[in-house]
Amino acid sequence: MPGTPVYFPAVPLALLAVLLLLTACGGGHLPQSTLAPRSDFSGELFGLYKDVFWWALGVFVVVETLLLIAVARFRARPGAAEPKPVHGHTVLEIGWTLAPALILVFIAVPTMRTIFATSGRAPEGALRVQVIGHQWWWEYRYPELNISAYNELHIPVATPVQIELTSADVIHSFWVPRLGGKRDLIPGRTNRIAWRADSVGEYWGQCAEFCGASHANMRLRVDVQNDSAFQHWVDQQRAAPATPAKGSPEEAGQQVFRRSGCIGCHTIAGISQGKVGPDLSHVGGRATIAGALFPNTPEMLRRWIMNAPSQKPGALMTPQNLSPQDLNAVIAYLQSLK
Amino acid sequence: MKSWLTTTDHKRIGLLYFWTAFGFFLIGGLEAMIIRAQLIKPDGGLGVSAETFNQLFTMHGTTMVFLALMPLSAAFFNFIIPLQIGARDVAFPRLNAFSYWVFLLGGLFINVSFIAGPLFGADRLSVAPDAGWFGYANLTSRQFSPGPNVDFWLLGLQILGIASLAAGFNFIVTILNMRAPGMRMLRLPPFTWMALVTQFLIITAFPVITVALVLLMFDRFFGTHFFVPQGGGDPILWQHLFWMFGHPEVYILILPAMGIISEVLPTFAKKPLFGYTVVVYSGVVIAFLGWSVWSHHMFSTGLGPIADSVFAGTTMLIAIPTGVKIFNWIGTLWGGQIRFTTAMLFALGFIAMFVIGGLSGVSHASAPSDLQQTDTYYVVAHIHYVLFGGTILGLFAGMYYWWPKMTGRLLSESLGKVHFWLTIIGMNLAFFPMHFSGLLGMPRRIYTYSSGLGVTTFNQVSTIGAFLVGLATLVFFWNLLRTRWQPVTAPSNPWGGSTLEWAIPSPPPVYNFTVIPTVASRMPLWKTERHAPMAALPERPPAPIHVPGGSWWPMITAFGLPILAIGAISRTLPIVFVGVAVVLVGIYRWAFEPFEM
Repeated sequence: MPGTPVYFPAVPLALLAVLLLLTACGGGHLPQSTLAPRSDFSGELFGLYKDVFWWALGVFVVVETLLLIAVARFRARPGAAEPKPVHGHTVLEIGWTLAPALILVFIAVPTMRTIFATSGRAPEGALRVQVIGHQWWWEYRYPELNISAYNELHIPVATPVQIELTSADVIHSFWVPRLGGKRDLIPGRTNRIAWRADSVGEYWGQCAEFCGASHANMRLRVDVQNDSAFQHWVDQQRAAPATPAKGSPEEAGQQVFRRSGCIGCHTIAGISQGKVGPDLSHVGGRATIAGALFPNTPEMLRRWIMNAPSQKPGALMTPQNLSPQDLNAVIAYLQSLK
Repeated sequence: MKSWLTTTDHKRIGLLYFWTAFGFFLIGGLEAMIIRAQLIKPDGGLGVSAETFNQLFTMHGTTMVFLALMPLSAAFFNFIIPLQIGARDVAFPRLNAFSYWVFLLGGLFINVSFIAGPLFGADRLSVAPDAGWFGYANLTSRQFSPGPNVDFWLLGLQILGIASLAAGFNFIVTILNMRAPGMRMLRLPPFTWMALVTQFLIITAFPVITVALVLLMFDRFFGTHFFVPQGGGDPILWQHLFWMFGHPEVYILILPAMGIISEVLPTFAKKPLFGYTVVVYSGVVIAFLGWSVWSHHMFSTGLGPIADSVFAGTTMLIAIPTGVKIFNWIGTLWGGQIRFTTAMLFALGFIAMFVIGGLSGVSHASAPSDLQQTDTYYVVAHIHYVLFGGTILGLFAGMYYWWPKMTGRLLSESLGKVHFWLTIIGMNLAFFPMHFSGLLGMPRRIYTYSSGLGVTTFNQVSTIGAFLVGLATLVFFWNLLRTRWQPVTAPSNPWGGSTLEWAIPSPPPVYNFTVIPTVASRMPLWKTERHAPMAALPERPPAPIHVPGGSWWPMITAFGLPILAIGAISRTLPIVFVGVAVVLVGIYRWAFEPFEM
């Protein structure tokens, strides 16, 4: 069809792209955004991404413009002379080989610099945290503080943190976008990342390496706290679990806990020593349950204890056949374990 | 019917590859639709279970890579290469038939898992593979994947690997040895050149994944510990082996499409390919570099800063020959007389879209930047701009371009334009927002996401786009079927192409060329400064032409492989022996089959 003008969808698509871009940038407050870094580590990565982005955008504009000009200018027209059979042009070939090579130098140099700057070694005296991945929850150990946490990681603000990553089962990947890039947890190996969070707040993350049925449900939170709040939390974790008052519903719940299947898998200091699931000594102080998947409310606990696999596919916790009174008592007990 | 089952004619095998691969393409597309439908809503979506979703994305990737895109390229290799080099058939016609049957049976074997649950005592119908198309150890170990799902995957891929390897050797020998007189290497059409480079990648990359799959099979069937850390094995070894195959595989998928558009652009711009030798050599350079970049899939595994720097560097280098190709394509258009046929629109779409995929690739090559993007929807956007915007648009260009040659019938140009615009708009709606979903923290391979992430709108746009692509594909399917019911007869050279396949009737006679042409230039059918167009070939063969007869043995031999796999997956040794016997008897009879007309 010689002479038919071609309407490339360039204009509507460009508008759509700009619209989406604005929405995305407006999403800086979003809990898992890579575009709103809040640590030295994520800041380095975002800076590098922006470098690459502007180069890529420049190349994109040049190439697509050349393509559009060629398409618009060299449409077949009736009666036009045969095109000149050009076979190539050596100077042009050399030029468009060197130009991308030069641009790549400008990308490669900051890339290598950032690779070494973010290789995961924290300075001396950093707070050490060991992260252990499980299908599908997170265990955090603070070897120097002699405490542990589960799914919700607490760290002090403006303090270097050395994070050591390994897995108890399959490969997972620890990812808290606003604090840093992802790093895999590999059984039999220890990986490292380091960061210093620069503002107090709650940040979301989740497993980023496919790890089986509930990969989508392996979420986590990071609570970046000021020093006194962090110290308070540490003291709480060090304390013995709350002892329920005689005759209280919580005490009844403790009895149910002792005689039911719970003790096979869960530890509550002084009560049980199960190692399959998370330690529950301070479960009442957590904001979430089940791998940061659900809020820690009596209603969600009820559903979870009754039938965990229906809430989180593949969950190892078997459905518990408890009477309504027993269930309420256990929930009251768990919630009292601040 | 019998003549199709026993055929060794490269043209018929090409059509068999085409229809089979197109069928798998529709299945893989349907899987993508269900995936996208589920993600239209956060927090549970439309209720597709995690198990089903994991099977769907595993099978979508496996199907598109091994059962749709590679064999769609193979359909063109089969049909077009012998015609482009002036040959009567491929070097080993029966091996060619064997490759097809192995591919078909391997594809069926993997897909049967969707309904094989009851045979394995599973409580659900489907036991389809569910550990990702990349099958990362140690999730694929017996301990963490006890069902037959992963067995279907690892056995099926081994079967398919045999098909790819046999075809790879066949085409290398064909292209190197069966060229018409005067068809020197630097006169080969660019599609045949890229096909040759692709075959070298296949024969070097597939042995690596075969080794990995055999080790995994040993781990799962015989209790070895190659990838099991508790036994002293290393799950990272799997990743190295998989990506040593997996990255060349990306070039196995894209180079044939680059070859196709290097044919389509000159034809419809009425100009020779700009910088032919540079385009060819840059394809070779891409393939070489393609072997040296595998660990860029593993930046988050903690390889250390030295390895990360090296692999970031080699990966960035690939941008250079790729950029060179794109500039040469634009150079081809420059000063031409561009006709906007559907084939040409798809070729132009390839350039426009592939550039986006290439540029987002640079942000992955930059290792620290990639730590935020790997395993997110940003990568999903990247691979789909490369493999859909690149490979699939390129393959569609090839279908519109060569369909008249393959069937003797023209596809409708007006339906073709509808197909093109729906595809382009749909794919951009589907894949562009994924960049943002990823940047805002949405990991890939998740059956549901929290509404708190703020990515719901992006996912909804993606889903609408995916359904538009589905609609576009139905329009194309209709267009294909229409050529059977309302045929428009194609002349031998409907587009004014310059290469040998356009010198013979559409569809070509069984012997292809009445006399083997003598080639004097890169574009034998075009007038160039130094050469007049090739003289027309005689309408009838001046002398009798010997063509190989049909044979049952390639198909029978091929049947031995799935039998063997069924024996393995059901842990039934006698069935394994039956499979081995079928293969051995098949090869024996094949080898001693009398050679007849």
